[in-house]
Amino acid sequence: MPRRDDIKKILLIGSGPIIIGQACEFDYSGTQACKALREEGYEVVLVNSNPATIMTDPNTADGTYIEPLTWQMVEKIIEKERPDALLPTLGGQTGLNVAMDLQANGVLEKYGVEMIAANAKVIAKAEEREQFKEAMEKIGLDVCKGRTVKTLEQARSVLSEVGLPAVVRPSFTMGGSGSAIAYNRNEFDGLVQNGLDQSPVTEVLIEESIIGWKEYEMEVVRDREDNCVIICSIENFDAMGVHTGDSITVAPAQTLTDKEYQRMRDASLAVIREIGVETGGSNIQFAIEPNTGRMIVIEMNPRVSRSSALASKATGFPIAKIAAKLAVGYLLWELPNDITQKTKACFEPTIDYVVTKMPRFAFEKFPEADATLTTQMKSVGETMAIGRTFKESMQKAMRGLEVGAFGFGSDNRDAWGTDAQPDDHTIRAKLSTPGAERIFYIRYAMKAGMSIDEIFELTRIDRWFLDQLIQIVEQENELLKLGSLANLTHKQMWEAKRNGFSDRQLAKITSSTELKVRATRLEMGIKPVYKSVDTCAAEFEAYTPYYYSTYEQEDELPTKTDKKRIIILGGGPNRIGQGIEFDYCCCHASFALREIGVESVMVNSNPETVSTDYDTSDLLFFEPLTIEDVLNICDAIKPDGVIAQFGGQTPLNLARGLKDAGVPIIGTSVETIEAAEDRELFQQLIEELGLRQPPSGIARNMDEARREVQKIGYPALVRPSFVLGGRAMEICYDQSQFDRYVAEAFIVADGQPVLIDHFLEDATEVDVDAVADGTDCVIMGIMEHIEEAGVHSGDSACAIPPFSLTQPILAEIREATKKLADRLQVIGLMNIQYAIKLVEGIPTLYILEVNPRASRTVPFVAKATGVAVANIATKVMTGMTLKEMGVTTEPIPRHVSIKESVFPFRKFAGVDIVLGPEMRSTGEVMGISEKFSVAFAKSQLAAGTVLPESGNVFISLAPRHKDSVASLGRSLADLGFQLLATSGTAQKLRDAGVAVTQVKKIAEGHPNLIDHLKNGEVQLIVNTPSGKGARTDEGKIRAAAVQCGVPCITTVAAAEAAARAMEAMREGPLQVESLQNRYANS
Amino acid sequence: MPNPAKLALEDGTVYEGYSIGSDGEVTGEVVFNTAMTGYQEILTDPSYRGQIVTMTYPEIGNYGVNSIDIEHESPSLAGFIVREDSRIYSNYRADGDLHDYLTEHNLVGIAGIDTRALVRRIRTEGAMRGVLSTTDLSDENLVRKAKDSPGLVGRDLVREVMPSQSSTWDGKLDEWTAKEIGGTNRSADGTHIVCMDFGMKWNIPRHFASRGNRVTIVPGDTSAADIMKLNPSGVFLSNGPGDPEPLDYAHRSIRELLGDVPIFGICLGHQLLALACGAKTFKLKFGHRGVNQPVFDLTTGKVEITTQNHGFAVEEESLPDCLEITHRNLNDDTVAGVRHREQNAFGVQYHPEAASGPHDSHYLFARFQEQLQ
Repeated sequence: MPRRDDIKKILLIGSGPIIIGQACEFDYSGTQACKALREEGYEVVLVNSNPATIMTDPNTADGTYIEPLTWQMVEKIIEKERPDALLPTLGGQTGLNVAMDLQANGVLEKYGVEMIAANAKVIAKAEEREQFKEAMEKIGLDVCKGRTVKTLEQARSVLSEVGLPAVVRPSFTMGGSGSAIAYNRNEFDGLVQNGLDQSPVTEVLIEESIIGWKEYEMEVVRDREDNCVIICSIENFDAMGVHTGDSITVAPAQTLTDKEYQRMRDASLAVIREIGVETGGSNIQFAIEPNTGRMIVIEMNPRVSRSSALASKATGFPIAKIAAKLAVGYLLWELPNDITQKTKACFEPTIDYVVTKMPRFAFEKFPEADATLTTQMKSVGETMAIGRTFKESMQKAMRGLEVGAFGFGSDNRDAWGTDAQPDDHTIRAKLSTPGAERIFYIRYAMKAGMSIDEIFELTRIDRWFLDQLIQIVEQENELLKLGSLANLTHKQMWEAKRNGFSDRQLAKITSSTELKVRATRLEMGIKPVYKSVDTCAAEFEAYTPYYYSTYEQEDELPTKTDKKRIIILGGGPNRIGQGIEFDYCCCHASFALREIGVESVMVNSNPETVSTDYDTSDLLFFEPLTIEDVLNICDAIKPDGVIAQFGGQTPLNLARGLKDAGVPIIGTSVETIEAAEDRELFQQLIEELGLRQPPSGIARNMDEARREVQKIGYPALVRPSFVLGGRAMEICYDQSQFDRYVAEAFIVADGQPVLIDHFLEDATEVDVDAVADGTDCVIMGIMEHIEEAGVHSGDSACAIPPFSLTQPILAEIREATKKLADRLQVIGLMNIQYAIKLVEGIPTLYILEVNPRASRTVPFVAKATGVAVANIATKVMTGMTLKEMGVTTEPIPRHVSIKESVFPFRKFAGVDIVLGPEMRSTGEVMGISEKFSVAFAKSQLAAGTVLPESGNVFISLAPRHKDSVASLGRSLADLGFQLLATSGTAQKLRDAGVAVTQVKKIAEGHPNLIDHLKNGEVQLIVNTPSGKGARTDEGKIRAAAVQCGVPCITTVAAAEAAARAMEAMREGPLQVESLQNRYANS
Repeated sequence: MPNPAKLALEDGTVYEGYSIGSDGEVTGEVVFNTAMTGYQEILTDPSYRGQIVTMTYPEIGNYGVNSIDIEHESPSLAGFIVREDSRIYSNYRADGDLHDYLTEHNLVGIAGIDTRALVRRIRTEGAMRGVLSTTDLSDENLVRKAKDSPGLVGRDLVREVMPSQSSTWDGKLDEWTAKEIGGTNRSADGTHIVCMDFGMKWNIPRHFASRGNRVTIVPGDTSAADIMKLNPSGVFLSNGPGDPEPLDYAHRSIRELLGDVPIFGICLGHQLLALACGAKTFKLKFGHRGVNQPVFDLTTGKVEITTQNHGFAVEEESLPDCLEITHRNLNDDTVAGVRHREQNAFGVQYHPEAASGPHDSHYLFARFQEQLQ
C-alpha cells in the first residue's frame, strides 16, 4: 500500500527548548521525520521555538516557524498554512500537549486538520491515569494498585488493598515533592496528612510500592495494518524508584529468560493495540518483581521518546524516520532497512554487543536542590557506549560521561586508597539512597569487600550487573599486584582492554602514564578493532558506516578512498553550558564537508543527537571523547584533518593532547586557543592591540587573592580557571563576600588558580560571533544582551540586531573584532564578549573574553540572519577563503530576533532563581518580529513566561536599583497594572506619585506577599536581588513564585523589556511568519 | 583458569578461546543463531543435531538454566560457541548454571572468540564444517579434521534424534503462554493429533495438549497405515535436523496420508510435505536461525515475526501445481509456507511454537485445530 495521496501538507510540532526530560532527542526525531516526509514529496510545515536545532534550519522543512509553542500561536500557523494533517508524536510531550490543546479548542476541526499517527482519543487513553489503568485491566495486564484520595479515612481503606510499604504522592506538587514511602501504619497516617496539606487540591495518590523491582522498557513500532515489531528492549541497571532518564540503562535486556521476554513482548503488543496508537513508535515501561516475576505495566508513551532515540542509536533502526513514513500510510514491510538495504524495515533488530547509557547530572549548579534520585527526572544529559560485553560497555560509558572517571574506578577521581576513602557507614548510606555518585560507591563497597548479596540488599541492583562490576574490581586487584607497567604481560593487557579498561586506568594501576601505557600497548600490537552497528548481528551485509571500538580479532572498517577525510569531534553528553548548540555546529560541519566532497567523520557519545544519526556523516564512530579513544580512531582511519572547535569544551580539552600526538587539528591553531585562555598572554595581546580589559588578576592562594582584589577594586568577579559554564563564578561587593567566594572557587578550581576581574557594574554586554580565514574576518552577528553584564551570557536574553548601541560603539566593536581575529590568526569561528560601560559619561568598550571556537550563540545567529555560519566556518577550516565563498559583509537582518534562556528551576524545588555569573539554563528559545518589543514578548511566551495582561505586579528592587523604581513603576501603572510593594519600595513609588498598595514583608506576619502569591493575587513579580540564597526572604519569594507559576523577573533591564512587551501585546495580536519568508524579504 | 579450546573451520580459519563445557572434541556444521534470549531452548532443540551453534549475542548464561525452558530431554547439538559466558546466573526461575548444564550433558563449548568475525565468515563463505576441541590444540590437525568431517547433505540425522517407540504426550504449555493462547486445560473434545516425531521440539505437543487435544507421538519412520490405525483427527509433521531429502520413508508415509487426514508440518515437516508432493529442497548458504525473521502471509497481507531454524528450504521453481505458496520469508523471499490446493494439508518453514521466540504465529495452531476431523 503506497503513501497517502489525500494529504499534501503536514504540520510537525517540535518540542521547544531543551529542558530536563526533553532534550536533543526530539531534534533528532523531528529532523528525521522532516527528511522522511519530504523524501516522499510532502510539504512539511514545522513549528519549534528552539533555534538551536537542526530541525529549524530553513532547509529542513518547507515552512519553518520559530514561534512559541502554544496552541494559540500554532493556530495562527494553521490558519496561514492550512496543512492537511498534524503529526503530533515526534515533538515529545510538548508537541503532544500542544496537539491536544489544538484539538480541545476546536482548531483542528475548524481548519480540517487530521491528526495522524495517534489521534486525541488515543493520546488521552495513554496519558490519563485512570483511562490507562482501565485499558490495562481490560487486556488482563497488571498495573500498580492504588487510588487517589481526599481524606485520611479514604487513604486507610486504600491501604488495605495495596498493603505496606505504600507510596504516598501528593497531587500537583512541584516536581513531585512530598512523595514518600510508608513502611508502617503510623508513618502512613503522618505522610497522608502531610501530603494532603501540601497538595494544592488536597489530594494524595496511595499506591503499592514497587520500589526495588526490576525495570524494563520496550520500544514498539506499529503500522496501520497492525504489523507490530519490537525494536529494542532496555533493562535498567537501577531498580524501580529512579526515573528511567536518571537510571543507567542497558540494551538489550540482560536477565530475562525467553519466556519472560516473550511475555513482555506479548504485553507490549497488547498495550499498543488496546491503546490504539495507529502508527509509529511507542515506549512501554514494565516493572518485574525479582523473586516472583510478577509483572506490572508502568506507563506508555504513545510517541517517540528519549528511549526511542536511545533504541535507534543502540540498534541502528531509525524509529522516528520509520514512524514518519508509517504515519503517511506506508506499511512496515514496504519500507527498506537502510542498513542492510536488501531487507525490509519489518523485522526486529538483533544486536551482538551491549549498550550502556549513563545519565549526566548538574547538581553542582543547584547546591540547594535535593540530589536524591527519585521518580522525578533530574539529569541534564546522557552518554551511551557500545561494547562487546557489558563490562567493556559500562567502562566506556563511564569515561564517556566526562566527569573525571576513566572507567569503573582506578582514575583520578577514585577516592579509594586516598584520605578521602569513605568508611563503611558512608558507603552503606550512599548505596541505599540513589544519587548521582552511587555507581562510584558501589565500587567502594566492592573494594571494601562487601558481598554481592549485601550490595543487592542495599541497592536492589540485579546481582548479574553487580557480578560483572566485581569482575572489573577483581581484575584491577590482580593488576595492582604487578607493581609496574613493565610486569604487565600481553595476555593481561589484552584481557584488561577487552574488559574496557582505559589506558588511563592502567596507568593509574601500574603507576605509569597514559602515554606510556599506550606506547606499551601498541608495542604489544594491541589496538582496538571497529565493528559495525547493523541491526542484524552480521546476518546481512551492512551498508551504513556506523562503528564502535572493541578489542577483538576482526576489524570491519572500509579502506580509505581517494577522498579527503576530516574528523569532527562532538560534544559528548549534554550538560549545562554545553548542549545542543554545539551538536548543531558539528552537524553543520559534517554537512559542509560532504558538500565539498570531503569525507566527514563524526565522533560522539551522545545518543540524543542529530550528529549521532547514522546518515549525518560519511562515517560515524560512537565513542567516548577521550584522548585514547580519539587517537585510536585517528590511527585507524588516518584523517587529513580533525575539527576540535565545534563540539564545545570537550574537544578543546583534547586538542593539545591530540596535537602533541601528531594529529592534524585544522582551523585556528591549538596555540591560539591556549593563548586566548592564558590570562597573561591575553592581557599582553590586548594591550598590544590598544584594546581595553577590565582590571584583572590571578591568585593561587587566599593571600594572593586578597592582594589582587586590592589592586582591582570592588565589585570583583571571582572564578576558578579551566571550568565550564561559569561554575563557582561569583560577583563580590565587599571583603566578606570575597573571602567566602574565593574560598569556594579554590575548592572548585582543584589546584588551578582562581581568576579575579573587576566587575563592570551596570555595563551592557555584547556577544559577537565572527568567521575568519586568516586574512579576512566577517562578523556574523552582534548580539546585545538584555540583562546587564554579570549574568552569564548563556543565561541572559539577547537581541540581534543590537537595540541600544550607537553607531560609533558598533564601529568600535567591529574594528576590535577584526583586530583580534587578525592578531590571533583565527581560522574558523570566533566569539567575543564585550562590555560597554559609561565611564564619565562616555560609552567605553571592554573586552571580557575571546573564544576562538564555536559558541553557544552560533545557531541563534544563523537563524536570525539566515546565514549558515557554521557551514562557512567549516569550509574556511578546510582552506577555502571567505572571499572565494562570497562571504564579505556582515548580515544585518530586517527583523529583530531575541534569544531567551530557559531554566530547570521547576525541577529543583526551593532553589533560588536569581541569575548570576554561573550558568544554569538548560535551553533557549527565540522570538522574531519586526519590532523589538514584540520579539521580546514572543521570546517570553516561548520560554513559558506568561506576561499578564492585567492584575497586580509586585515590585521589589535592590538598593542599587532604587533609582529605577519610579520609571519602571510608572510604566507598569500606565499599562493599568496595580502595583504591590513592601514598605521601602512603596515609599519610593508614592514619592514619585505612583499609586501602590503596600504589602507585608514575610517577617511582618500575615497576610504577606507569599500569602498573596498563593492566593493567586499576584500576576507578575519584579524582584532584583540584593542577596542570594533560598533562605533569604527574597529567595523565598522567588522560589514561591516558581512554585505558583507566577513569572518572576530578576533584573531591571528584563523588567523594562517586559513592560515594553506587554505594551506591544496590547497593540495587536502576535503575528507568525516562516523563516523562509523572512529571509526572502530581507 | 579455564582450559583452552579451539574451533577450526574447513577453510582453515582457527579461533582460540577457552572451554566452557566438557573436555572433548566434536565435529559438525558451524552455524549461528541471532536470538538474544532463549539459549536453553536452542541447546535442547533436536534440529541442531550435527551442528555447532554460535550465539551472536555475546552475553550468554546470564539467567542460568531451569527445568521448564527445555525443548527436549537433553541437548542434541554437537557444540556450543559464545563470546562471553556469565560467571553467575540471576533469575528467579533458574535452578542451575549454564556451565554445569553443559558439563552434565557432556557438551563441548567454547567462549572468548570473536563470534562476530565467525558469523561474518559464515555469512560470506556459507555454513562450514568445523571441529571444536579441548583435547587437540594443533591448528593443522584441527583443520584437517574439519575437512574430513561429514557434511549434512544427504545424511539422515533424523534417525539419531527420533524416538524409538510411540508414546502419549500430556505436557502443557507454561502458564504465561497458556494464558496468552486463551486458557489451559480445556476439556478434550475427542480430537487426537498424531505427531510424526523427526526430532520434535516439545513446545509443539504442548500447544496441542493445551488446546485440549489427545496427543500421540510416533517415530518419524512410522508407516501411514500404522498412523491411520491410531485414528488421528490430524497428523502433525515435526521439525527435525538436517537434509529432508534422504528421508524417503517419511516422504512415502506423508504421500499416503495426504487426503486421508488433515496434515500440518513445521520446518522439516513442511519440507517433507513439499517433497511428498513432488517439490524439491535445496541447501541455503547459511540458513535462517533466529527469532526475528519476518514472514509475509500472502493470504492476509500481514507480517509475523517468526522463530526459524533451518538450513534447507523448499525450492520455489520445483513446486508442483498442487502446492500453493502461502508465506514468504520477507528477508530473502524464500518459501516460508505452502498449502495443498486439493487436500487438507499445510506447512510452514518457521516455528509457530516459538520457544524461543515471538508468539505471532500461534494462529497456525488454531487453524490446524479447526481442520481436525
